[in-house]
Amino acid sequence: MAADTPGHDWLDMDAGPVVRPYTVTGGRVRPATGFDLVAFVVAAPLDRVDAAQLQPEHRAIIEVAQRPVAVAELSARVDLALGVVRVLLGDLLGAGLVVSYEPQPAAALPNYDILQAVVNGLRAL
Amino acid sequence: MDSVRSERPGAGQRIPMALKILIAGGFGVGKTTLVGAVSEIRPLQTEEVLSSAGEDTDDVSGVEAKTTTTVAMDFGRITINEDLQVYLFGTPGQDRFWFLWDELAFGALGAVVLADTRRLADCFPSVDYFETRRTPFVVGVNCFDGKQLHSPASVRNALDLDPDVPVVLCDARDRQSGKDLLIALVEHVAKRRVVAA
Repeated sequence: MAADTPGHDWLDMDAGPVVRPYTVTGGRVRPATGFDLVAFVVAAPLDRVDAAQLQPEHRAIIEVAQRPVAVAELSARVDLALGVVRVLLGDLLGAGLVVSYEPQPAAALPNYDILQAVVNGLRAL
Repeated sequence: MDSVRSERPGAGQRIPMALKILIAGGFGVGKTTLVGAVSEIRPLQTEEVLSSAGEDTDDVSGVEAKTTTTVAMDFGRITINEDLQVYLFGTPGQDRFWFLWDELAFGALGAVVLADTRRLADCFPSVDYFETRRTPFVVGVNCFDGKQLHSPASVRNALDLDPDVPVVLCDARDRQSGKDLLIALVEHVAKRRVVAA
């Protein structure tokens, strides 16, 4: 987490967030639909993005998502709460700057071959 | 120039399939330790912000009045191959964060419930939760300091588990032991699929 953020004498993890989490979303708390914890998102190439139109947090998400990344991992890497990341992802989705690949619903979850591949993969680790 | 390119972002990139496994159990039973022992990355943390405002509130004027709490969730990743990844999520230890469990459990392949025989009752809520949701799970009896205080059979009795639920002795600090737990879970899931089919 942010434990190794450049030092400050009196602002540390114990001090709590210095900026209220939803400030970066302009106070919007309604979660965008979708964006499961393990949905993968991919962003448009950086050279197609007009950075001036975006908040720094949007841009940070686009940079991390140049390669497919799971939403939970994206949240950890940009160090923003999940709900905040979902709102920002909703903005980017609306602007056509990211695509989201939701996981299959539980009912359609993995067939026997996939489960066997997981077992074999775990054994081989 | 490729600035005129118009295909969707991510076109042509391989999107892996991600399977979600939950690591549950009482506070301090070794969930994060287990995630760290088997994850290929240093465990990451994501936070969910709880606010007293409900989801139907989307009004900027209300923001300043809300009280917020953050709940941290630790997770790790195991890459099986380029098309398949396993994400391990430690569940929040406190009961008041139950609603987060629903999000975590949604679409999960299954769960590992870690039990500490010195405080066995701590894992009752997890066992109840997964039984109610019909989420497949295995029970890992964490043997702290290599001490095995109770047999798997006595733990099974104490938890009143269905006979097909695997109970495995483990050491949450040990990578091999953690892998064995996950293998037991995935084999259990596969067996249930075959029986159900």
